[in-house]
Amino acid sequence: MIRILTLAGMLLATQALAQPSGLRPGPGQETVEANCAVCHSLDYIRMNSPFLTPDVWKAELTKMRVAFGSPIDDDVAGEILKYLNAEYGVKK
Amino acid sequence: MHRRTMLTGLGAVAASGSAARAAEKPGWMSPLLPDGTRDAAVMVRAPGKQPLIQLTARPPNYETPIDAFRTPITPNDRFFVRYHLANIPTIADLKDWFLTIDGDAAERSIRLTPADLRKDFAQTEITAVCQCSGNRRGLLEPHVPGVQWGYGAVGNAVWRGVRLKDVLAKAGVKGDAKEVWLAGTDGPVMPATPAFQKSLPLRMAMNEDVLIATSMNGQPLPLLNGYPARIVVPGWTATYWMKHLTSIQISAKPQPGFWTQKAYRVPAGMFPVEQPFASQQDNATWPITEMVVNSMIAAPLDGSKATRTGFTVRGMAWDRGHGIRTVEVSFDGGKTWKAATLDKDLGKYAFRGFSLASGALAPGPCVVSARAVSNNGETQAATLLKNPAGYHNNVPQTLTLTVA
Repeated sequence: MIRILTLAGMLLATQALAQPSGLRPGPGQETVEANCAVCHSLDYIRMNSPFLTPDVWKAELTKMRVAFGSPIDDDVAGEILKYLNAEYGVKK
Repeated sequence: MHRRTMLTGLGAVAASGSAARAAEKPGWMSPLLPDGTRDAAVMVRAPGKQPLIQLTARPPNYETPIDAFRTPITPNDRFFVRYHLANIPTIADLKDWFLTIDGDAAERSIRLTPADLRKDFAQTEITAVCQCSGNRRGLLEPHVPGVQWGYGAVGNAVWRGVRLKDVLAKAGVKGDAKEVWLAGTDGPVMPATPAFQKSLPLRMAMNEDVLIATSMNGQPLPLLNGYPARIVVPGWTATYWMKHLTSIQISAKPQPGFWTQKAYRVPAGMFPVEQPFASQQDNATWPITEMVVNSMIAAPLDGSKATRTGFTVRGMAWDRGHGIRTVEVSFDGGKTWKAATLDKDLGKYAFRGFSLASGALAPGPCVVSARAVSNNGETQAATLLKNPAGYHNNVPQTLTLTVA
């Protein structure tokens, strides 16, 4: 029962990616959308901007990978962080 | 540009109507909020709800607009919504709902249906404030990560249901019981993500004011506020008020896991508590538990215009359960303070309404603020006690009006 719901949730989340995400265009945008939107809407990113330093964005992504078990590998994580810092990082 | 991502999957509530930016509605979003929050938040009309401020779509996190706090009871259809994980139940999922009570420190395992809860236990009610631990996080400077709430992750309702202690007694509490573990049906999208679970110290679980509520303001709980049953822990922040409650485990062990042992923690000793949650404290951090005294001005709205004949301030104050002794209001940026008139007392855990007329005002900016004192002498913090998650923000709210 739980497993079916979970798979349905992932499928629906993937379908939802066809909708506009509201994220700014930039290198890595599609990677962010494909990975982050599995579990949550992308307004989480916009909401937490523009005030997070690279260290804090990294800590947030680490929380998703370690505490929440998101299967994002180091290369993908690097691409995601580059995008977050460029488009939604603290203003210099 | 500002079109909302219309997710229709689990955890995204199908909403109809406009997706106008909430920041365009005068007074709905504080200028103190992050630019990205003001840009991304939209007004959402979820099933059974009036328009709320959608901070995130999936999982749904919706804030109550501040004008809702002009009356001491927050209507169900304007009550805030907060979920951590996107796999949340529908009404259809909850059709055959029942509650299990078991655990290593339970004498026996029992199952209760809605009918059992209605028939087998005394029904009781309590008026209590339900406030997210992170209410007002978005107003902090510097900003900290998390849901960027303004003033409206709080509400006050009449909760009706059965006492948790009566249900625990039915299962039988063994002598070595230490905590009561709570779980609901809202869960993660990915199996590796920890499901949302919380724990109460046994002493708190046995407090006669702690309920398993099935009704809110005389109606069944709205789906998004925990239908068909949620825990109500008056005086404690809403993280313990488990929604869609399905499992209660009486245990001799401290509950392990992310939501109790990693999240919802404050630096040890920073916010003194009267009833420590000793089994979950460590040297560095404590679980957030009791709310701090606070007040909120709901009228007039920040940034609005007033005439020289003045205006009446109206708002709400609350604390951890001693009740409110006084609320003072300043119309001159905190130089002088006057005692407000308090509304009828609805109970020690409830919102206490207050109001005060400004009298005649000079033209120009008018800086308005309120500060409450509890019956225990607790006062609002002059400056924020900084903590990583931005909890317990009870710095007095400041509004600037223009008098002309």
